[in-house]
Amino acid sequence: MKKVVSLALAAVMAASMLAGCGGEKPAANSSATEKASAQAGGVIKVGNSGPLTNDYAMYGKAVEYGLKLGFEEINAKGGLQYEVRVEDDEGDSEMAVNSFNTLMDWGMQIMAGPTTSGCAVTIGSNCAEDHVFMLTPSGSDPNIIATGDNVFQVAFTDPNQGLVTADYISMNYKDSKIGLIYESSNPYSVGVRDTFVSEAKTKGLNVVCEESYTSDNKADLSTQVTKCQAAGCDLVFMPIYSVEGAQILTYANKIGYEPLFVGCDGLDGILAVEGFDPKLAEGVLLLTPFDATADDERVQEFVKNYTEKFGVVPNQFAADAYDAAYIIDQACQAAGVTADMDYQQVCDKVVEQMLTMTYSGITGETMTWQADGAVSKLPKAVKVENGVYVTAD
Amino acid sequence: MNFLQYLINGVSIGAVYAIIALGYTMVYGIAKMLNFAHGDVIMVGAYISYCVTSYLGLPAVLGVLIAMAVCTLLGVLIEGLAYKPLRGTSSLAVLITAIGISYFLQNGAQLIWGSAPKNFASIVTFAPLKLFSGRLTITGEVIITILASILIMVALTLFTGKTRMGKAMRAVSEDRDAAQLMGINVNRTISMTFAIGSALAAIAGVLLCSAVPTLQPTTGSMPGIRAFTAAVFGGIGSIPGAMLGGILLGVIETFSKAYFSTQFSDAIVFLVLILVLLVKPAGLMGKAVQEKV
Repeated sequence: MKKVVSLALAAVMAASMLAGCGGEKPAANSSATEKASAQAGGVIKVGNSGPLTNDYAMYGKAVEYGLKLGFEEINAKGGLQYEVRVEDDEGDSEMAVNSFNTLMDWGMQIMAGPTTSGCAVTIGSNCAEDHVFMLTPSGSDPNIIATGDNVFQVAFTDPNQGLVTADYISMNYKDSKIGLIYESSNPYSVGVRDTFVSEAKTKGLNVVCEESYTSDNKADLSTQVTKCQAAGCDLVFMPIYSVEGAQILTYANKIGYEPLFVGCDGLDGILAVEGFDPKLAEGVLLLTPFDATADDERVQEFVKNYTEKFGVVPNQFAADAYDAAYIIDQACQAAGVTADMDYQQVCDKVVEQMLTMTYSGITGETMTWQADGAVSKLPKAVKVENGVYVTAD
Repeated sequence: MNFLQYLINGVSIGAVYAIIALGYTMVYGIAKMLNFAHGDVIMVGAYISYCVTSYLGLPAVLGVLIAMAVCTLLGVLIEGLAYKPLRGTSSLAVLITAIGISYFLQNGAQLIWGSAPKNFASIVTFAPLKLFSGRLTITGEVIITILASILIMVALTLFTGKTRMGKAMRAVSEDRDAAQLMGINVNRTISMTFAIGSALAAIAGVLLCSAVPTLQPTTGSMPGIRAFTAAVFGGIGSIPGAMLGGILLGVIETFSKAYFSTQFSDAIVFLVLILVLLVKPAGLMGKAVQEKV
């Protein structure tokens, strides 16, 4: 019987190891060499893969909805016509390769995805190899755009987020004792943390406590919160996702610990967690490129249409995807892309446009792209007040 | 003072591991199988309780009771449909089936409740205890969790020691064939074990989610694996062992986070586990039993 136990333990270990390296494995692809079939119906086929189920489904769904809304509006205007297909990759890199192959078989000409950074890094190299134009709405890891010259981003890169957050804190909360809680097994979280810490050092910020967790032990984050409290932090920076953010806020509230909590775009969506008491998020500060309460006319119209259609208020992921749709359309129109071109021709033409064009959307005015594929735009600081985002000064 | 705070937090999460570990250890002790779906029964329990309290608006106590009833039924059903037909085949076949059931429950939950996480409202409503002018906080969840685990432990010890069914369980665990010859209904005894284990899983689910509010279809899997580790650590098959293993695991985990590094806490926890198993291969309180030939 002992053998069974040790076998089982070995199986568990092996499984967790596999899970650990899944993200880094360069994926082989089988059907990608097949040429996209000629388009008869005159629609440009745009694909996306994202986590429609599993832990990060709220992000995958938001991107899906944003893309669909954007292209629907574009189609309604006449002009170039698009067809969107979204595949579920569960946020897993290996599944994302399957999704990519499915999309290529379908005849995808432009990849408007994937949604999560880990998958986007993998699919970025596939797109680079096959020469498919890729624009990830929400993937923010700098490794994504490093995979090829035809890979672009709509969201800030992680280092950029860490940088602007440190700058913002040094301007507004220079004297606070800063605590940091991040997920060391998540490239997004680590990416933001790395530049935040180095920028904080150059700006002379006082980071007194730095705690982490991994995807395996995030069930209990009370120790991390207690350590920040014990160190006397009055500002806690959390470059993490909203699920764990909600956990931390709930525990901090229980023990009566009330620092200023600061987050990045990953924390966006915390108010949408079902059953979460928005009172707990009161005063949380977010640096995000999108603010659903902004006065901007286009933002208001987007929020209204999105809410009517899907029954939820859009978050930043939805806004990024909506912008991605318009960016693709603007580039395709300017480049004279037609539906009968194959994906390699589309890629050449669109990439050329991306490097020269300027786009103004709901996640930033005058967005431009550098040759490496990174976007440059300015973030907005928003604060949770009475359960909604308001612009922070 | 921080030391005390960490200790309390550690005992609290450890007590949850312990309750889950009891389910693993009882099933292993009696049916000689590792029920990897146990962690997911926890998740189902938490969802049921969430539905009863949030959607139907019933009191939390009723939520716990209904969750226990549903999980008991689920446990017996899983055992009857998936494990019983495989009794007598190789242990690996049952193990793989258990992993299959685990995925089945996770995906089922995803279909029913969706994949977006829900925030579980704590069943404990009284305010946290503040000691030493606020420097030490004991939340209501901690108190309830520790009390519940002690209560469960005492009840189980009495049950296996004093009642007919409990004695039957011990007999089956010691020697299934001999027990059968003595007129014990082995199948019924094993079903009963699953029923008790699953009811405990429901309690563990509610307690876990009261302390850690995120509820999603994968909620049970990591705590489940940790609790399984705790059961092995304490000596699988032993009820006090599961309790001790769970609490020690929670405390070691919290202390390694607090005093070494939050980054390496898992490595430290499992290093301790390996060291203990090297010295005591049967676990802290496990009996090294000679396999009969």
